[in-house]
Amino acid sequence: MTDTPMIDLSDVQKYYGDYHALRGITATIRPAEFFSLLGPSGCGKTTLLRTIAGFEEISSGLIRIDGRDMAGVPANRRPTNMVFQSYAIFPHLTVAENVGFGLRRLGLDAAEKTRRIGEALEMVGLAGYGGRAAHALSGGQRQRVALARALILKPKVLLLDEPLSALDKKMREQMQVELIKLQRQVGITFILVTHDQEEALVMSDRIAVMFEGEIAQLADPETLYRRPTSRRVAEFIGVMNFLPATIVSEGAGRATLEVQGLGRCEVDVPAGGAAANGGTTVGMRPETLTILYDGQAPTDRSADGTVDEVVYYGDMTYYDVRLDGTDRPVRISMRNVFGRPVLNIKARVRVGWSPGALVLFR
Amino acid sequence: MKARGLYSYTLAYLLFLYAPIALLPLFAFNDSVVIAFPLSGFTTSWFEAMWNDRAMWKALRNSLIVSGSTAILATVLGLFAARASTRHAFPGKTGIMGLIMLPLVLPEMIVAMSLLVALLAIGIDLSLWTVILGHVLLCTPFAVAILTSAFQSLDRSLEEAALDLGETPVSTFRLVILPLVAPGIVASLLICFTVSLDEFIVAYFLAGTEPLLSVYIYGQFRFPSNVPAVLALGTVLVAVSVLLLAVAEYFRRRGIARTGGTAGGGFV
Repeated sequence: MTDTPMIDLSDVQKYYGDYHALRGITATIRPAEFFSLLGPSGCGKTTLLRTIAGFEEISSGLIRIDGRDMAGVPANRRPTNMVFQSYAIFPHLTVAENVGFGLRRLGLDAAEKTRRIGEALEMVGLAGYGGRAAHALSGGQRQRVALARALILKPKVLLLDEPLSALDKKMREQMQVELIKLQRQVGITFILVTHDQEEALVMSDRIAVMFEGEIAQLADPETLYRRPTSRRVAEFIGVMNFLPATIVSEGAGRATLEVQGLGRCEVDVPAGGAAANGGTTVGMRPETLTILYDGQAPTDRSADGTVDEVVYYGDMTYYDVRLDGTDRPVRISMRNVFGRPVLNIKARVRVGWSPGALVLFR
Repeated sequence: MKARGLYSYTLAYLLFLYAPIALLPLFAFNDSVVIAFPLSGFTTSWFEAMWNDRAMWKALRNSLIVSGSTAILATVLGLFAARASTRHAFPGKTGIMGLIMLPLVLPEMIVAMSLLVALLAIGIDLSLWTVILGHVLLCTPFAVAILTSAFQSLDRSLEEAALDLGETPVSTFRLVILPLVAPGIVASLLICFTVSLDEFIVAYFLAGTEPLLSVYIYGQFRFPSNVPAVLALGTVLVAVSVLLLAVAEYFRRRGIARTGGTAGGGFV
């Protein structure tokens, strides 16, 4: 990857009247990166995307695309193209006319136009659909037309505003994979807005998690999942268990904790750390905890508890286990291995855990 | 039983509405100056009389100028107002839109009188233009109402998509917005034209010495011998209206079918 960023956001602020929609967004997006803006509705992710597209003017700050300051540059002169949430297919035009809409101003001859439209349709798997009326397409096909239409101009950045939210689950999963492949194939920077954390994890090279107009954390999916820097991010992405803890001693990037239900242990302390908020807790993902077989030795540490609830998923079982000395259960996900029965509620279990998988929040 | 009651009510209603209009061609072809049954014979001489009436042609020409200009002006103004009210928020929007729509409920008599007083006070001579002015005032609310609904059903991201693909706001309007609101524009032109064509009070007050069709027809009733010719004119107007409506409806349905909707509402 090159060092010059494709998009450079510097202290981007956006007010709608008194409403502070973007509160100082600073981030860089690399060339050919699949970047996601993830957050609950109203967090400003779509607003940020629209400011990059040029549909909204920013109140202050700086947006640079490919090194060029975008202040005062309208949407039609930005090197970005967008796939809209509603797809925004022109209903009075055919598929080919929709896809070729952006070519009008390039002054190409008819043969070149036809060639590029054909190429774009083929890229999204719609070869031969050019003559169809746009309104006669299914949801998935409309989405593909919107993609082809946006990519035909070979933009530097493709912006996707919740492009998969209107599709059913199967179609959505299929399109996720297709989008990743397409992005690798064309080598264009993709910026995806989504409220679906799973979608973001599956598709992105890096994710910016946003709350209330601010980026709470910007990292690759694995770091975001394993090392969230705040409880809020941890709760938004996947499932995280929290146990109250007290800090016994601290120094040089390590801290000794007394964790309720788990006992005393030593954990890494991230530089800076999250601000004090509602006491000190440690978080752990369900799959970092293991219910041990009778007589099985833990790989690291273990703690005793009682099964509170069992949720059977076929390939997996989720157990809610109340560790001794705690008042709230932790969720543990276990792969269902052949020959091992699913445990019953009230069963006494030993839970294997590792201090290395704990994340400290305070 | 209840259904039958409603059925006869509907019949009676339609009869009340259309029987007088059906009488129009009946007497227009009747070979008598007296408008009464029994009919006395078939003739086309009233159409001939109408056709040879120079005053009628003058009034028709004037009316077409007034109604055509009114339809175009009111629709253009309506386009701006509808666009502004559906796309933008501005201070005093509710009040301004209310004032634009007000002539719809204001008594025409009052509008015509106050316009006459104002025009005379400013010292503007009455002419076809003053009638057009008055008619635009009356027709703009119709245009705004029709076009607002056309603009409201337009997905905003269609516009943004066109901008995003390199079009300027002006070319976006031409390539995307206009084609999609075209059925609304046609409907607006048609309604405004019709409203203006048969409007009487403003035409009577503001036309000065220029004859207009509605005023001319009213004037003809003073001379009983001219009435059958007026009925002939009415017959032609009804036929043209039905034809116009059918054509407009055809285009409206075609427009809807092209964008994938199913035709509903409308005039027919």
